[in-house]
Amino acid sequence: MKFYRLFIEALESLNANKMRSMLTVLGIVIGVAAVIAMISIGRGAQASIASRIESMGTNLVYISPGSTSEGGVQTVAGSAGTLTLDDAEALADLPNVVAVSSQTSNFAQVVYQSQNTRTRLMGVTPDYETVGSLTLEDGVFISADDQKARSLVVVLGSSVADDLFGGTGGVVGQKVRLNGQPYEVIGVLASKGGTGFMNQDDQVFIPLSTALYRLVGGFRFRGSSVISQITVKASSPDVVDQVVNDVTLLMRERHGTIEGADDFTVTSQEATIDAATQVADTMTIFLGGIAGISLAVGGIGIMNIMLTTVTERTHEIGLRKAVGAKRRDILLQFLVESVVLSLAGGLIGAAFGWGTARLMGQIEFSGSTITPVVGLDSVLLATLFSMAVGLFFGIYPATRASRLQPVEALRYE
Amino acid sequence: MIEVQDITKTYRLGSVEVPALCGVSFRIERGEVVAIMGQSGSGKSTLMNILGCLDLPTSGQYYLDGKNIAGMNEDELATIRNQKVGFVFQMFNLLPRMTVLRNAELPLMYNGRHQYKEARQRAEAILNAVGLADRMNHRPTELSGGQQQRVAIARALINEPALILADEPTGNLDSSTGAEIISLLLGLNKERGLTLVIVTHDSTIASQAQRVIRLRDGLIENGGGGLSHEIL
Repeated sequence: MKFYRLFIEALESLNANKMRSMLTVLGIVIGVAAVIAMISIGRGAQASIASRIESMGTNLVYISPGSTSEGGVQTVAGSAGTLTLDDAEALADLPNVVAVSSQTSNFAQVVYQSQNTRTRLMGVTPDYETVGSLTLEDGVFISADDQKARSLVVVLGSSVADDLFGGTGGVVGQKVRLNGQPYEVIGVLASKGGTGFMNQDDQVFIPLSTALYRLVGGFRFRGSSVISQITVKASSPDVVDQVVNDVTLLMRERHGTIEGADDFTVTSQEATIDAATQVADTMTIFLGGIAGISLAVGGIGIMNIMLTTVTERTHEIGLRKAVGAKRRDILLQFLVESVVLSLAGGLIGAAFGWGTARLMGQIEFSGSTITPVVGLDSVLLATLFSMAVGLFFGIYPATRASRLQPVEALRYE
Repeated sequence: MIEVQDITKTYRLGSVEVPALCGVSFRIERGEVVAIMGQSGSGKSTLMNILGCLDLPTSGQYYLDGKNIAGMNEDELATIRNQKVGFVFQMFNLLPRMTVLRNAELPLMYNGRHQYKEARQRAEAILNAVGLADRMNHRPTELSGGQQQRVAIARALINEPALILADEPTGNLDSSTGAEIISLLLGLNKERGLTLVIVTHDSTIASQAQRVIRLRDGLIENGGGGLSHEIL
């Protein structure tokens, strides 16, 4: 039989059982919509994580003490006190290194009049403005003079300014208290739009010297001040691997350690992004897989309905065979019917999935939205997959129909 | 035209073998009208299925239009049914979702030789011939029993078969409608020279046939009451 006739007959027979066909299609719609929505949300999360890490600066290599710093979480100053200012100075002499910034990191209570917030307190050198790709909304960043004089000055992240002052305007010149000491606000940073533990806006910066000698108190290691992280900026992305290598060798030489027993960790920005996107990748696959289960359940729904249909239409199959239908004709008839079901579900589901993803993109998760990435490939994949589901779950009922013996099928009531 | 040589058919029910036909031979010539009669259990349904190429004999030969049917595979049988046999069933067996026209042209859909337009024209012509010109776009459920059987006859005729097999064609109709259907079939036999085999219980129908084959216990019963092969 010609294909378009098969198609028309499939539509007719599905139309004869509207409610049943609609419910079966619904199963596939939900499955496909879930797959597309989940994958696009996962991809959106991945993209936003990558861009957030990139917003911390490019071409960066981080040196942290011990192995207690991973995925962008910094150790509390002094917890593994093996990194010193002398190390940082030595690293500045390496080739392809354009900037070196030393940091301490701690948590502190910031108080302005009756407002207060707990935030990350970074002690940084003036270089950090470049290294961290920071942009000022208002005021200035920590200067070399501040560093030298151990000034009591602070630069606020935008969300800290928001919390304390309800905005970024007129904040410069105000005094805030950090762990009880009064600091003058000299600058406010522009927002980088981060969230959660990676929030680049929820931190304050003071001169490294102030942090080492006035605030934290100055742990010493091998005659030098202990810091919690060194950030090195390479001259271009191409030399990052080379710089990682050079830094590692120099640090081993300085600390007298061997590979496998290092008391420091060197990671590049790239490695951090890779690790984070890998996590997001896994999450996408996981979410997509769970959604895939619902698609499989929808497929079982199709199989169930097709089996019922075949039984109900045994007599019809007998008649068609009596007037000359071959096995293949009957097989195709029922396969086309189940593929029409699943393909209709796939197309409607793709539209629904796209809509759901867009809708979920409007919802805020801990202060920011994820922009879902609905790729043509995921729509195509889900549609093709739903067709495959129709074929797979249709083949058994269709084969059963095609194998019916005409004499017995005609006798069936 | 039709030549049946010593056909047997044995069904298997679990481990028991049940013989349905025990060696039947006869010939039917082109253009003949033959009635097959017999009690239920006499083997006439089995013979009907074999003549209609719906089933194969356990042993023996069956030539339809010069082709040996015994030994054909399922798809070859389907092709033979499509091209050589037209069925008229007791229960009409029309597809309720489709219009009269679509029901009548159904065999052409499995024929593959006809274009859509040509198929439609043939179906219309044949429905005209059986007196359903004004019912073509109705569904079978909107028709009377006699009209439904006419649709079935049109469907049986559409591929210009060598043989029309009618299995109790009047069994579901009142006597006057039944008579109309029989005269329609006999008229088609005269006009078109169709070979007609009618399975029936009704002796008035059988009396209109040129020849009657009586079956009893899987064998052909001759006029004398003894069991033997019908002598042609």
